[in-house]
Amino acid sequence: MAAVAEERQTTRRNPLLRELGSWSSSLKCGAAITLLIVLAAVFAPWIAPYDPNAQDFEALLMPPGWPHLFGTDSLGRDIFSRVLYGARIDLVIGFFTTYVPMTYGVVLGAYAGYKGGWFDAVLMRIIDVAMAFPFLVLIIVILAILGPGIQNIYISVFILAWTMYARLARAEMLVERTKDYMTAVKVLGFPQRRIILRHGLPNVINSSIVFSASDFVLNILLVSGLSFLGLGVQPPLPEWGAMIAEGRDFIRDAWWMATMPGFAILATGVGLALIGDGLAQRLGERHHTTV
Amino acid sequence: MQIFRYIVARCLHAVPVLLGVTIVVFLSIHLVPGDPIRIMMHGRIADSEVAKIYHDLGMDRPILLQYVVFLKNALVGDLGMSLIQKAPVAVLVVEKLWPTLMLLAFSTALSILIAVPLSLLAAFRRNTWLDTAIRLGSIFGFAMPSYWIGLLLMLFFGLLLGWLPISGLGDTPLDQLRHLFMPSLTIAFFLAPILLQSLRSAMLDVLTSEHIEVARAKGLSEWRILIKHVLRNAMIPVITVLAVNISWLLSGAVVVEYVFGLPGLGSLLVRSVGYRDYPLIQGLAFVFGVLVVIVNLLADLSYMLIDRRVLRS
Repeated sequence: MAAVAEERQTTRRNPLLRELGSWSSSLKCGAAITLLIVLAAVFAPWIAPYDPNAQDFEALLMPPGWPHLFGTDSLGRDIFSRVLYGARIDLVIGFFTTYVPMTYGVVLGAYAGYKGGWFDAVLMRIIDVAMAFPFLVLIIVILAILGPGIQNIYISVFILAWTMYARLARAEMLVERTKDYMTAVKVLGFPQRRIILRHGLPNVINSSIVFSASDFVLNILLVSGLSFLGLGVQPPLPEWGAMIAEGRDFIRDAWWMATMPGFAILATGVGLALIGDGLAQRLGERHHTTV
Repeated sequence: MQIFRYIVARCLHAVPVLLGVTIVVFLSIHLVPGDPIRIMMHGRIADSEVAKIYHDLGMDRPILLQYVVFLKNALVGDLGMSLIQKAPVAVLVVEKLWPTLMLLAFSTALSILIAVPLSLLAAFRRNTWLDTAIRLGSIFGFAMPSYWIGLLLMLFFGLLLGWLPISGLGDTPLDQLRHLFMPSLTIAFFLAPILLQSLRSAMLDVLTSEHIEVARAKGLSEWRILIKHVLRNAMIPVITVLAVNISWLLSGAVVVEYVFGLPGLGSLLVRSVGYRDYPLIQGLAFVFGVLVVIVNLLADLSYMLIDRRVLRS
């Protein structure tokens, strides 16, 4: 009795450690990198040695060194501080552009896969057409209609990005629908909403979760890319892509201006992609990086 | 006969998608909040002039009629007039089509050249340090912003070493290839990793399948097995992955063209958004959509050449 109780206690005591122990090395590395960047974003005001927008005309285009770790830009602003504050902008935009469309994309896809019929047919045609355009081209067209800026990037991504999740969830639902437990809940007379949301959804969401890690990376690349083209976050906000665009004009004389923010994007992307890699192994999914 | 039926079925499949593309492109200008012409001209235009432009564009007619006219014109290659450049959109687009197509072809070829040998290595030496290194490398390639890596290549090969031109497109074919090398390499940085991942798992599937065992039992050399049996069967995933990612590839091309100042469709799109030249934006979106549909169709048809079994399904 005592032994059993003790064993129970040890398993109870370290659920977090046990969970961590079961993670693959790519999941661990990815989580560590991502956590570091999230902490840097959260504590940016305490870590950053300078105000990200403070201009110092005594220290224009200083190369990386001390006291400016990543150097200064053409207005004498400290690039290290700007990169830190940039994490706040890019991570938040990346998060919302990934997980908001995922929420309704998965539900729509699961519903279409379960119900079939005209709803499914119409939804699939809409998705086919949306996917016939290069994603960035459609976003640019919508931004041309609504005008550039971060608010309109949100709107355009929310209009388009759910399609991939709907497709993934629908494909999984088509398989799940025929399984015994689905028949069981149907026979039990559960309402459709409950069948799809409580019983179907947990079983069709894995592929979307795995894809969302890659999608997070793609969305950060997309938003920073749009800012680089001048269609997204506008200067003087310290967004990474906008900073690279500013550095482009000084690439001959001050390579660090464009280079340093790029490393921040690269580190964030690698962290998230490693998480995606680890989740794919863990949840038994094939890796989805395709769009 | 089967081949003919397969081709027709595939083509028919593309028709509703193409129609959808025309609807989206057509509607886009009608979704501009407020008055698109006034927005374009920044309000510095008289009422009568606005009315005249609308009349010239046919935008004062019922919307369904407008769509039918738009469709009819698009079928004969008439995509309207650019309001800023005062030239037919079709002419402007065709001018820029060639550099973009060359960029796509060159970067695809480069990506295949990088991805195929590396994925073979990774599959043959699976779960060794080499496999891990290749996988890690592809994660880095995937996470790098293309405009950033483009700038770094420009800085290193163009400005520091002075080996390659950093912008524009040359005149002679050889010079054009020189100009296209860095942009294509930039695209390969994100396209090769995507190819690599799917190819590796496809090759693993093939390597563990029975016909490879049989080939080994027959005493064929590893080299012959590789070329005749593994690579041939891995061709289908290469084409599928390339086709699925064509829209991704085109998105990347837009940014890369802008970075390297290549006079292609992408840089034209970015520039016309700045001017809010709506007919030109519409025309470009249409061409991009058609390109994706055509590439997918070509991919479907090429399966037929590699593997006759698709005809039966």
